[in-house]
Amino acid sequence: MMSTITLDRPTEQVTSKEASIAAQTVLELRNIEKSYDMKTLIIKDIDLQLKQGEFVSIIGPSGAGKSTLLRCINRMIEPSSGDIIFDGTNITQLSKSALRKQRTKIGMVFQHYNLVSRLTVFENVLHGRFGYKSTLQGILGLYTEEEKMLALSILEKLGMKDHVYKRCDQLSGGQKQRVGIARALVQQPKLLLCDEPIASLDPNSSKVIMDHLKEISQSMGITVLVNLHQVDVALKYSDRIIGLNRGSKLFDDLPKRLSQMDIRNIYGAEVDELIFE
Amino acid sequence: MEHTALLQGIHVKNGKIKTRTLTKATITVRAVIIFLTIFTLIGPFLLKYSTIDWPTAIFYTFDNLKMMFLQPAFNQITFGTAITQIVITLALAFLATILGAFVSFFLAISTAKNLAPASLSNAIIAFNSVIRAVPTVLWVLIFAIVAGLGAVAAVLGMMLHTMAYLTKAYAESFEEIEEGAIEALRASGASWWHIIFHCVLPQSASYLVSWTFLRFETNYGVAIAMGAAAAAGGIGFELFMSSSFYYDLHEVGMITYCALIVAIVLEVIALQIKKRLMTQ
Amino acid sequence: MTTTNFLRMKKWKMTGIIILLLAITYGSSMITDFDVMKGIKSIPGTIAWIATNLIPDAAAMENLPKVLSRLWETIILSVIASTTAAVCAFFFAIFGSKTTQINRILAFSTRLIASVFRNIPVVAWALVLVISFGHNVVTGYFALFISTFGTLVRMFMETIDEASADGVEALNATGATYFQMVFKGVLPDTMPQMLSWLFYMIETNIRSATLIGLLTGTGIGYLFDLHYKRLDYGTLGLITLSIIVVVIAIEFTSNKVRRMIL
Repeated sequence: MMSTITLDRPTEQVTSKEASIAAQTVLELRNIEKSYDMKTLIIKDIDLQLKQGEFVSIIGPSGAGKSTLLRCINRMIEPSSGDIIFDGTNITQLSKSALRKQRTKIGMVFQHYNLVSRLTVFENVLHGRFGYKSTLQGILGLYTEEEKMLALSILEKLGMKDHVYKRCDQLSGGQKQRVGIARALVQQPKLLLCDEPIASLDPNSSKVIMDHLKEISQSMGITVLVNLHQVDVALKYSDRIIGLNRGSKLFDDLPKRLSQMDIRNIYGAEVDELIFE
Repeated sequence: MEHTALLQGIHVKNGKIKTRTLTKATITVRAVIIFLTIFTLIGPFLLKYSTIDWPTAIFYTFDNLKMMFLQPAFNQITFGTAITQIVITLALAFLATILGAFVSFFLAISTAKNLAPASLSNAIIAFNSVIRAVPTVLWVLIFAIVAGLGAVAAVLGMMLHTMAYLTKAYAESFEEIEEGAIEALRASGASWWHIIFHCVLPQSASYLVSWTFLRFETNYGVAIAMGAAAAAGGIGFELFMSSSFYYDLHEVGMITYCALIVAIVLEVIALQIKKRLMTQ
Repeated sequence: MTTTNFLRMKKWKMTGIIILLLAITYGSSMITDFDVMKGIKSIPGTIAWIATNLIPDAAAMENLPKVLSRLWETIILSVIASTTAAVCAFFFAIFGSKTTQINRILAFSTRLIASVFRNIPVVAWALVLVISFGHNVVTGYFALFISTFGTLVRMFMETIDEASADGVEALNATGATYFQMVFKGVLPDTMPQMLSWLFYMIETNIRSATLIGLLTGTGIGYLFDLHYKRLDYGTLGLITLSIIVVVIAIEFTSNKVRRMIL
């Protein structure tokens, strides 16, 4: 059997060069704009910098452009203008295949889990390795034993090892989301994009998922960017909060600096129901 | 050893970690695919071919298709006749659909599991699958022995398949109605027919319309075939005459184009109806 | 608008639709010379006729080997036409479906091609092919292939559209290639439904093969035509019965398999 599980490596780096890495920028957005019809801007002139291991939440009312912004980062949605510098590369100019290479370093977690429901947990997690494989290897499902061990160790960390051979349509929502996270982690990413990861979950499962995401950013040194609808959750977990309203960034600072006034600005008319909830 | 702990409960075969266990469903899917693949590979060798001169046959096919699609023309009939014959085909399809739909409605309320007793339901389902098993063209020819070749035989023959198809579709639409709605009416003392006309019919009307039009679209194609194979009249018969009697492929092409345009229009309408009614 | 007004409007609308349908029905029967009364009268007549004449007798049973061999030919033809068409239809459906399309132009053209293949009457293909290939199984095969292909592209495309937009998004985000996404993200979830459509087409094709056989002088359809013209009703009964048995057997098996895989 193989000796090391490759995933452990980034963790070691964090501990050895903690100080310098803390300042290292993983992602930088410059003047990102998005418009579908050339008239109304969904995303307005966003600048953003994320450092390694940071846990950052984007909050804002529904329709503020949170999902669009997140998908612009890995170009699932093509931004209309601006630059995305990820891991030292400007990915706005990359060709399709080069973009695919970069996407392997960006994991993504979805609100609706986006699993292939008739396949097993194990198979779904291993889908995260496709970016490292040739088309044929992927189609035939030829994974190395190292990759399988990596998938198992991640599933174990997420408490899902007992379910590896279950079909994904037999899992609960919280379990499905953990499979989604495992699939993203198996990519060995530097950045994890989470689009409303707890919006379809009950409070208990939500806590489990958020704890795992926090743990990932702290112990693995992976930058985590989460879209959230709930302000209280964002306050509890984030190193930094970004407030978005109608495509504009209204707030970008530490959670403790988020005032009632800021919340009012970000959420507009929706604010009252949020406070009295 | 960390790895042995990790591998606990994991299936390993020949030193390889399995990514899935075989379930009944995956085994069945595989078995079916393997069977069909083998059958498809062996099948062609089990057929008897009278001698075909392949190069010539393929050459002629392309030549014929060229005449048909690139040089369409009317020779024996006029454009006006073609239009009239298409209208006749549409009329045959319409009659078969509307009569079939009428009968199907009553059969469907006797088939739907939430409206009818299981024994009656099963009897109708069995009856319909026998009806459906016989090809339409055989039904038309059988009716023709008693009623003579023509519209009566064609409509009745097509109606039978329409009936079998729509009964199933209607019954499924009825079964999707919330049990609560029917129960509430039943509790209030409504009669069976009241339930049908005030709950079942309004709730499922859009599905019924959509299915019926879809079947009309299918019946248009069937009506063309019946015209050609059972001399039931309409554009199909003209198609048969110009290819098998006059060997005039230019005209076959022209007729095909006319029939095609109508078919595509019907398909687009059916899709629109489906989109509009079913998303409500 | 008040409720009573609304209800009255609805009633008028319903009455209007019914009158319109009756008018079209009347018009249609005028154009086609369809006599409703004659139609209704001929139903009991036909049932009686079927019960007395369409019974395989001893003379008909002598034709059994011939019937079975033609039937076997028809089954093989239906299966191989369906499976080969399904493989081609799968690729067209991928390129045509909204969730897996590569670009809009390719998607539109594949959908257009499929629509043309589907909507050109199968009899037109059969009649043209028989001119070059003669009274041969090859004619039947190609005619069945073309119509099955057109129908399956539509069915497969609907299946893909309904099933798997989520999985596709996730796999694209991991950096998977297009065909990895198709075979691992789309195929596993849609395979059972597509197999189900394939069975349906095999069953349908046994019936279509009869029709095509009639036109092209092949398979069981040719045999039916032959004995129909000879007024040999016993053998007709035998042929009809054997088709019923085969189609219902296929329906039964496919229902069983469907229940196991869905």
